[in-house]
Amino acid sequence: MNMQQAIKMTAAETALVDAYTAQIGDLPGDGAVLSLRDTLVHELKTAGLPTRRVEAWHYTDLRTLLRAVPPADPSAFADRVEPIVAGATVLSVRNGEADLKSLPEGITARSYTESLLDGSAVAGLAVLGFDDAIGRINGGLVRGGLEIAVAEGIELEAPLEIQVAQSHGQAHTRFPVSFGPGSKATVIERHLSTNGDASLVSSVTDLTLAEGADVIWIILQQQGAADTHLGQIRFDLGKDAKLHVFVINAGGKLVRQELHGRASGEGSDLTLRGINLLGGESHTDVTFTLSHDVPHTTSSEIIRNVIFDRAKGVFQGKILVAKDAQKTDAKMSCNTLLLSDDADFSAKPELEIFADDVQCGHGATVIDIDHTQLFYLLSRGIPENKARAMLVNAFVAEIVEELEDDEALVEALEGVISAWLEKHA
Amino acid sequence: MLEIKNLHARIAEDGTEIIRGLDLTVRAGEVAAIMGPNGSGKSTLSYILSGREDYEVTEGDILYNGESILELDASERAAKGIFLAFQYPVEIPGVATMQFLKVAMNEQRKYRGEDELTTPEFMRRVKEAAAELKIAPEMLRRPLNVGFSGGEKKRAEILQMALLEPKLCVLDETDSGLDIDALKIVADGVNALRSPDRAVVVITHYQRLLDYIVPDTVHVLYKGQVIKSGDKTLAHELEANGYADLIEAAA
Repeated sequence: MNMQQAIKMTAAETALVDAYTAQIGDLPGDGAVLSLRDTLVHELKTAGLPTRRVEAWHYTDLRTLLRAVPPADPSAFADRVEPIVAGATVLSVRNGEADLKSLPEGITARSYTESLLDGSAVAGLAVLGFDDAIGRINGGLVRGGLEIAVAEGIELEAPLEIQVAQSHGQAHTRFPVSFGPGSKATVIERHLSTNGDASLVSSVTDLTLAEGADVIWIILQQQGAADTHLGQIRFDLGKDAKLHVFVINAGGKLVRQELHGRASGEGSDLTLRGINLLGGESHTDVTFTLSHDVPHTTSSEIIRNVIFDRAKGVFQGKILVAKDAQKTDAKMSCNTLLLSDDADFSAKPELEIFADDVQCGHGATVIDIDHTQLFYLLSRGIPENKARAMLVNAFVAEIVEELEDDEALVEALEGVISAWLEKHA
Repeated sequence: MLEIKNLHARIAEDGTEIIRGLDLTVRAGEVAAIMGPNGSGKSTLSYILSGREDYEVTEGDILYNGESILELDASERAAKGIFLAFQYPVEIPGVATMQFLKVAMNEQRKYRGEDELTTPEFMRRVKEAAAELKIAPEMLRRPLNVGFSGGEKKRAEILQMALLEPKLCVLDETDSGLDIDALKIVADGVNALRSPDRAVVVITHYQRLLDYIVPDTVHVLYKGQVIKSGDKTLAHELEANGYADLIEAAA
């Protein structure tokens, strides 16, 4: 690709560049950060948004799908809402401004805006590769977010909820979070919209887990029906670190959630669980890459999709096992409940294995409601619409129940799922 | 209570006729046993009674309390009091047993225009019925039928029956896969439900279950028809002599 060759920009590309131009002088950053922003926006201007010809974007042609981008509006943030789990500590980010009151002991946090201003953010602001369109858009336009550190040995009793609520306009946030050795925490990264106006949200989370850290990270995406959500989470797992990432997509019109991580410490373990609740004319893409870099690491990925109407879904999952990463154990599966003839799902699982003593597998299934199960429920007097809803719910609830150690959390997530299903089924 | 008249039915998908002119009457208070060799249509009959859509009735009628139920779907028949205890109870991962019981009981109550049960009242009823059937509370905390042993599944079916208080109970091979202790528990559960305003249809292959649930009438099903009816002594004859003589006589 020739980066210098000018392309004819789409309306969305123009709007993104205009948003940057309009905010020059206002976007925070030291010299290095500002210069990197310039480079990223210049790349966007010359190369444009990725099309289906870029392999990582083959099923989500962003250039075609992203038709319009609302102008940036500093007043567009919404009021904070109650946490999804009662008693959780809420850290809200509104128009990049972090609200940092009442942190539990052992947690330090500062506004990401400060990291941009003092230049410490610059290394993390680099894109992951030339096809990292989310990193590019976000790096060019990010105004703030939170930089959080959980100290060694700290075990959080209540979950932490990072709340990004948007009403319209644009929001670009970053969350670098480090978990000290032996720390334990549950964090809910929650993106929501408070009304139906279109907004563009990009958010990049960067997790570092030190030795023995044990973290549950939940990404709860509840954007509005007209919203574009471009999310990315990066993670690095130290020795014996355990990360359970749970992605729930229950909103948005155009959604891409990327997950890119490394198991770089021996004995580390990643669990990825994803629930995609898709309806209307929406397009939702979950793209995952994991590199098993060292011996004796494990991972397990289960994605469950429920698709109504004319919705489209995509799951790309790529597991790389390095030459020295013997005894890797990785299992990936993607199951789809297709509830409409007009709905569509593409699954692309990939394994790239360079070691010879590993256990890796993947599978993808597409199913309909099980008629024997349906008859069983009907035969007990449960009307058909309710019986169907129970079975759809069961299909996804099964993986929520894995979080059984935290009953309040399971109840909250099940509530999100049944509320969505009641609205769409 | 149940009147089946000249019933003909086939598998909807491929048109195979399974029930071929079946007549059967079961009165309130009666326990009727349906016996017959493999492939005679016993399980199909239980599915047709409960409204499974994989089967099509092509002729005849099924009257329940004097009214045809052919136009009712499975959930309406259940709400009107028809209960099928499955030969192979279905596992449903992701549906909690207690939630299922509560929804089923309350949906039936709603259909009949009754108030929903309060949670304490629901809990009390489940606890009582479960204790009678020696069902451990841990079992009720699992997803529906998931990881239950064969005997546990059958006891769970009888638990549902006790809680839903149906008027017409159809037990499809409830004895299959049960050891003698489990069989006694299940039979006690069924016998406890016997009452003058309730009928029970026991579908079974073997006489064994009928030693514990003693029937008032016994009907032999062969090639989709009742070829002989009698009292409980008929079951003993069948156990001693097999079906061959009867089938020959009917041919």
